[in-house]
Amino acid sequence: MSEAAVMHAEVVEPQESPLTPESWGKLGMWLFLAGDAMSFGCLIVGYGILRHASNNWPVPKDVLGINLTAFMTFLLIVSSVTMVLSLSAIQKHDMARFKKFLGLTILGGLIFLGCQAYEWTHLITHRLPEVGLSFSTHLFATTFFVLTGFHGMHVTGGVIYNTCVLLAVSRGRYQAKHVEIAGLYWHFVDLVWILIFTFVYLL
Amino acid sequence: MSEATHPEPNYMGVFWWLLILTVLEIAVVYAPIAKMAIAIMLIVMAITKATMVALYFMHLKFETRTLGLIALSPFVLCVFLILMLMPDIFPR
Repeated sequence: MSEAAVMHAEVVEPQESPLTPESWGKLGMWLFLAGDAMSFGCLIVGYGILRHASNNWPVPKDVLGINLTAFMTFLLIVSSVTMVLSLSAIQKHDMARFKKFLGLTILGGLIFLGCQAYEWTHLITHRLPEVGLSFSTHLFATTFFVLTGFHGMHVTGGVIYNTCVLLAVSRGRYQAKHVEIAGLYWHFVDLVWILIFTFVYLL
Repeated sequence: MSEATHPEPNYMGVFWWLLILTVLEIAVVYAPIAKMAIAIMLIVMAITKATMVALYFMHLKFETRTLGLIALSPFVLCVFLILMLMPDIFPR
């Protein structure tokens, strides 16, 4: 009887998912990211529609400047690389290397947020009033702040998430599979920034 | 299950490609060519970069086909969204 109950329990609650054999969490993260990508997709498409419909849309790079943003893009790409290197390290049980690279990833995220805070402050207090495009008068500013703000919140969440992962691994509660899931989120944030950099700043 | 189940991609190689494409993107913006050509090149490069991040950093290249389809679904939906909004963009 008890044996049958155990077998039954195994049938009802499989331990491994067929899509992501490593962990259910990974499948969960992918599903979340697919939904999140749709949020960003809607915002970017909405931006495109509003821009197309407008007859006095400024050239973004003339208003925003792209030097600082190019550096921010570089920063996120580098932090993505340090993230994969930290995953690679923990998979090889090299904890010192893992901590170093995940720490660098968190640092990269923090510097990114610092740059964004500086950029926003500069735009709100100087640049936008200078060219007559304030938050309340032109959709250019509105869409810009909504898009980059939504992404900035994701970076903030990612920094907190990565910090929690670093602490949990240090205490022995998390393993490589958890780092991989956190990595998926972080790379997604990088991927979205690549698109935002192109569509909002360069185009 | 903590060991990698697939060969580790060349992360630094991907990094250099991403960097080169970013520099090219910035260069293209200032290139003295037609605006439409610049736009097309920028979009192609951005999608290439995003795909590289998904395939290699997010290991999508080594996952099952179905997971790839899940990852692709939002982009298909976005294309639908654009098509549905077409009448608004180009009013008759």
